[in-house]
Amino acid sequence: MKPTNRTLPPMTSTATSTAISVTGLRRSYGDTLVLDGIDLHVPTGTIFSLLGPNGAGKTTVVKILSTLISADAGDVRIDGCDLVTDPEGVRAAIGVTGQFSAVDGLLTGRENLHLMADLRHLGKAEGRRLAGELLERFDLADAAGKVASTYSGGMRRRLDLAMTLVGEPRIIFLDEPTTGLDPRSRRGMWEIIRELVAGGVTIFLTTQYLEEADQLADRVAVLDHGIIVAEGTPAELKRRIPGGHIRLRFADGHAFTAAGRALAGTADGDALTMTVPGGGDVRSLRDVLDRLDSAGVEPAELTVHTPDLDDVFLALTGKEKVA
Amino acid sequence: MSTYALADTATMTRRSLRHIVRYPSMTLLLIGFPIIFLLLFVYVFGGTLGAGLGRAGLGGGRDQYLAYVTPGILMMAVASAAQGTSITVATDMTEGIVARFRTMSISRGSVLAGHAIGSVAQALLCVVVVLAVALAIGFRPAAGPLGWLGALGMIALVALALTWLCVGLGMKAKSVETASNTPMFLTLLPFLGSGFVPTDSMPTVLRWFADYQPFTPVIETLRALLAGTPVGTSGLLAVGWCLVITLVSYLWSLKLYNRDPAQ
Repeated sequence: MKPTNRTLPPMTSTATSTAISVTGLRRSYGDTLVLDGIDLHVPTGTIFSLLGPNGAGKTTVVKILSTLISADAGDVRIDGCDLVTDPEGVRAAIGVTGQFSAVDGLLTGRENLHLMADLRHLGKAEGRRLAGELLERFDLADAAGKVASTYSGGMRRRLDLAMTLVGEPRIIFLDEPTTGLDPRSRRGMWEIIRELVAGGVTIFLTTQYLEEADQLADRVAVLDHGIIVAEGTPAELKRRIPGGHIRLRFADGHAFTAAGRALAGTADGDALTMTVPGGGDVRSLRDVLDRLDSAGVEPAELTVHTPDLDDVFLALTGKEKVA
Repeated sequence: MSTYALADTATMTRRSLRHIVRYPSMTLLLIGFPIIFLLLFVYVFGGTLGAGLGRAGLGGGRDQYLAYVTPGILMMAVASAAQGTSITVATDMTEGIVARFRTMSISRGSVLAGHAIGSVAQALLCVVVVLAVALAIGFRPAAGPLGWLGALGMIALVALALTWLCVGLGMKAKSVETASNTPMFLTLLPFLGSGFVPTDSMPTVLRWFADYQPFTPVIETLRALLAGTPVGTSGLLAVGWCLVITLVSYLWSLKLYNRDPAQ
C-alpha cells in the first residue's frame, strides 16, 4: 500500500463507523439545479443504493463524491477525509466504476490492470500477480492479451470493475454497473458485488432498477429531481408502494362475469381481463384464487405484477417516471 | 501533491508510447505531411525559388534551396506532430479512463506529462525520418558533431514547447474536430517566417511579423547550426521563446486539467 501522511482510522469498529457522510449537498449546472440539498449516511461495510430515473442526479452525486467535480455547497466526508480539504485522502480510499466504461481501449486487458497496479504503486511482481488473479476471477484470462476495444459490453464492465479493485479500495462507487448488460452478466455482477461486501468493502451503488437495489442493498435512497424523496430498507420502501396487482384473463364472457361477482377489481369487458390490487405476497394471491375457486371460475391466464420503479415514482412523487 | 510524480509520469509515458505504437496510422500521417511538402518544395518550386535565393546572394539552384528549406520543413514536421498531440489529448479527455485517473490518488500533472513526453518522442521520430529523406535527396549539411547535437537539442526544445501548447489546445477544445483544427496555424507559421523564403523579399508588414514571430529565430538557429555558420542572437531568442511557450502552456494545461471536466 502507498504510505499516506494521515493516520488511518481503525478498521475494527464496524457497527458505528460511517464510510460516507453527506450533508446539504447542492450542485447546479448553469441555471439548472441538479442536486438540491442531499443528506446521506452510509455505514462501513454495507451496500447503499441510490435509486432514480435517468436525469435524477445520480451520476452527479457519484461524480462529486469521487472528487471528479466540485459541489456548490455541502459537507462531505469519505473514509474520514473531508472532500474539499483532503481530496487526495478521499482518492486513496475509493474506487470508481462509472456508467461509461473507464478502460483504456488501446491497451490489452492485462495491460489495463498493470497500469492500475503501477498507478497504485504496487511494485512490478505484486502488480503482475494481482493482474493474473483478477483476470482469473473476472473470467477474462482468455482475453487477457486482446486490446480492450475488442471486448464485449459485459467483458468491458468486468475489466472496469477489476481495475477498480486494484489497490483494494475500502469504498467503491458503482454508477449503474449493470445498465446495458444481459441478464446473465447482470447476475454475475451481483455475485461479485456481494463477494466484495462480504470482504468488508463499503459499496455505493446507483441504479434505475428497483429489483437490483432490492437484491443487493442494505439501504436505499430514492432520488428524484435532485432531492431524496424516500429512504429506508428495500422492504420498507416496497411497503410504501401500492403498485402491485394481479391481472386475470378469462376465456369467455361467462367466466368473466362470474369472476366480476367474486372479486373486487377493475374489469375490462372488451379484453375480458380483470386487474386486482395486491399480489406482492402469497397470501393475497391465494385469496384471489380461493375466491375464483368457490365461484367455479378458472382464469385462462394469470400474471402477477410486482412494484417496479415506475410504481415507486408514481407512489412517492405522484408523477410518472421521466425516462 | 503525490510524492510519486516521477513514477506516475513514467507510467503515463509508457501508456502514451503504447498508444502511439498501437495506432501507427496516426504517426504515418504525421510523417507523410512534411515529406510531401519537402518533395513539393524541392522538386516543384525548388528550381525557381533557388534562383531567387541566388539573386538574394545566397547561391542559386535546387540543391541550395534544399539546404535552405530543410530547417523549415523540419519545423513543419514538429508542428504536424504537435497537431497530433492536440487530437490525441482531446480524444483521451473524452474517454472514461481519464475520469478514472482523476478519481485516483496520482500526481495531477502526470496524465498530461505522459502525453507530452510521448508526443515529443513521436515528433523526434518524425524529424529523423524527414531528415533521412532530405539526406537521401541530396541534403548535405556542413555541420560537425557539435552542430548536429545543437540542432537536435533545438528541435527537441521546440518539440517540447509546441507539444505542451497543443496539450493545452487539446484540453481547451470542446470536440476532437476543434482540437484537430486549432493547431493548424502552427504548420502555417513557418511560411510566414524565414522557413521557405528569406523575409527580405516580403512586404513591410508581413516582414515585420515574420521577423518577430518565434519560428523565425528557431529556423535561423537550426539553419546556422546545420550549415556550421555562427548562430548569433537568434539562438538566444529561439531558446527563450521555447522556454516561455513551454512554461506558459504547461501551467495553462494543468489549470485546464484541474478544473471540473465538462459534462
